[in-house]
Amino acid sequence: MIGVRCVNLVKHYGDVVAVDGLSLVVNRGECFGLLGPNGAGKTTTIEILEGLLEPDAGEVEVLGLTWQAHHRELRQRLGVQLQETQFADKLSVEETLRLFRSFYHRGRTLDDLFRIVELESKRHSWVGKLSGGQKQRLAVACALAGDPDLLFLDEPTTGLDPQSRRQLWALLSEFRRQGGTILLTTHYMDEAETLCDRVAIVDHGKVIAEGSPRELIATLGAPKVVTHQGTLEDVFVALTGRRLREE
Amino acid sequence: MCLSRSPDGVSVKNSVIDRGGARHPLIELALARLREFVREPEAVFWAFIFPILMSVTMALAFPRGGTKPAIVGIEPGEGAAALREVLQHEPGIVIRDMPAGAEARALRAGDVHLLVVPATPPVYRFDPAREESRVARLLVDSALKKAAGRNDPWLAREEPLDVPGSRYVDWLIPGIVGLSIMGTSMWSIGFAIVQARMRKLLKRLVASPMRKREYLFAQVAGRLVLLAPEAGAPLVFGVMVLGMPIRGSILAMSVVCLAGALSFGGIGLLLASRARTFEAISGLMNLSTVPMWVVSGVFFSASNFPQSMQPIIRVLPLTALVDALRDVILEGAGLQGVTRELAILATWGIGGFVIALRVFRWR
Repeated sequence: MIGVRCVNLVKHYGDVVAVDGLSLVVNRGECFGLLGPNGAGKTTTIEILEGLLEPDAGEVEVLGLTWQAHHRELRQRLGVQLQETQFADKLSVEETLRLFRSFYHRGRTLDDLFRIVELESKRHSWVGKLSGGQKQRLAVACALAGDPDLLFLDEPTTGLDPQSRRQLWALLSEFRRQGGTILLTTHYMDEAETLCDRVAIVDHGKVIAEGSPRELIATLGAPKVVTHQGTLEDVFVALTGRRLREE
Repeated sequence: MCLSRSPDGVSVKNSVIDRGGARHPLIELALARLREFVREPEAVFWAFIFPILMSVTMALAFPRGGTKPAIVGIEPGEGAAALREVLQHEPGIVIRDMPAGAEARALRAGDVHLLVVPATPPVYRFDPAREESRVARLLVDSALKKAAGRNDPWLAREEPLDVPGSRYVDWLIPGIVGLSIMGTSMWSIGFAIVQARMRKLLKRLVASPMRKREYLFAQVAGRLVLLAPEAGAPLVFGVMVLGMPIRGSILAMSVVCLAGALSFGGIGLLLASRARTFEAISGLMNLSTVPMWVVSGVFFSASNFPQSMQPIIRVLPLTALVDALRDVILEGAGLQGVTRELAILATWGIGGFVIALRVFRWR
C-alpha cells in the first residue's frame, strides 16, 4: 500500500528552481527520510506533499487520494509538524493542544496525548515558558491529535539537545510500531539511520540516491577510513560533495 | 498507549464526531483569541481604561451644568482698577491676572480670550476668529456699557439650556463609545492576525483540518465578549458621573454596539488579510481610522464638512455607528429608527469578512 507517491514534481520561485522533477514513493507503515543540504528543496517538497503548496508540475497522491479531490479527508488523516511554527506564548500547553484536537473528528484523548509526549507536568504552563525540546514535543502532540495515518515532520529535532532528540525518537518509533507512516526531513545522518527504513538524498531539487541506509552505505564500497565503518554521512558527502551541517 | 488505525476508505464525514473532550473548533478558537487578549495587560488598558480616561478628561473640560466663563485680561494703566471693579462682579467673566508685558502672548495662546486696555472709551484686543473671544467681547462690552449708564430698551427673559442630554458632553460620549469600539476591534484583530502570521502559526493551522472561515469568524467573535465592559465603561461613567441620560432601550443600544463591533471586526480582518509586518498593519490601520476620527462627527458635527463630502461621510462605518448611538441614547430612537445605520454597518462588516476570506494570506 502506498503512503505517498509523487511523480516529476516541479516548483519554481521566480527564477529559482526549488524542486526539479522529483519523484518518490513512501510505503504505508514505513519511515521515510528526505536528506539533503539546506536549499536542496526538502521543505518545498514536503510542503507540496502536505498540500500547503501547489506544484508547478507533477502528480501527488497521498494515502491513495489527491489534494484536489479529497482535501478535507486528507487533512483529517494527516499529522503535520512544520519547521518554524511558534505557538501562542500566552496560551497554556493544554489550551493549545485542546484547540488542535477540536479540529479533528476522531483521535486520541488529551490525556493520552500528554502521556505520549511526556508533557503531563507542563499541562498548565504557558507555551512561552517551555524549553525547545518541550515545544517540539508539543508540536508533535498537535500533529498526533487526530490519530493520523501519516505523519509529516520537517526537521523535527533540529536545535534540540541530545536527550530531547532521543525522547522524540522513542515517541516516533512508538508511532511506527502502531502502524503509522512517517515522512520526515532531517539534517542528521544518525537520526536517519536510527529512524528511517528508507531514505532519499535530495540535492538541487532532485533525488540523487535512494534506498535503505544500509544499502546506501554499501554502495560506497570499502569504507574509506579503515578505522570506522562507513556511515550515511560518508555517503552524503561522497554524493553531494558537502557536509550536511556546513553552511 | 492504545490506538486503532482507521480502515482505508472509511469516510470521516460519516463517523460520529469525537473531539476528545474539546469543544467545537469555533468555540476553542474564540476562547484562544479571548485568552490571548486578556493575558496582554497593555491591550486591556487600551480597551477599558482609555475610553474612561478620555471621558474624565472631557468631563473636566465640560463640567456638569457649568458654562465656560469668558477669561479676560486687563492691561495695567490708569483706569485699570475701575475696569476690574466693574468686571469682577459680572457673572460669566473671570479676570486673569498676569505679569506685565505678558498680555499679548497670553492672548495669542488663548490663555485670555480678550484683553481690555483702559482708555476712554476702552480698547478691546481679541482674535475675532476665536468664538470664545467674540463672546468675551460681547459680555465685557455689555457689562461696561451698563456700568456707564446704558439704558436697555427691554430685558429678554432667558431660558438657559442646561438639561442633561443637550450639552456638548452628552453628545460627545456616544462618539467616544464609537471610537473605542472601532479602535479595539480593528487594532486587536489586526495585530493578533499579523502576529500569528509572523510566527507561522497560520500556516500550521491551515495544515490542520481547521475551517478557514471559522478561524476568521472566531477572531471577531472572541472580541465580542469584551464589548460589554468596553462600551459599557464610558457609558456608565457618562450616566453616573456626568448625568448623561439614556433615552433609548438597552437592547437597541446593545444591538448598535454589536453591529459596530462586527462591522469593524470585518474591516480589521480585511486590513490584516495580507499584511506581514506590524509596520504594515499599523500603517493600514492608521490610514483607515484617522480620517474617520476627523470626519465622522466624533468631536464636532460631521455636517461642518462641505456638502460635496457628505455622501462619502454618511456611508463611513464610524459615522453610522456614532449617529446610531446618538439617536438611541440621546433621542430615544428604537431599532427601526436606525435601520439605515445598521445596514451600513452590516455591509462593511460582511463585505470585509467575505473579501478577507478570499484574499487572506495564510502563509
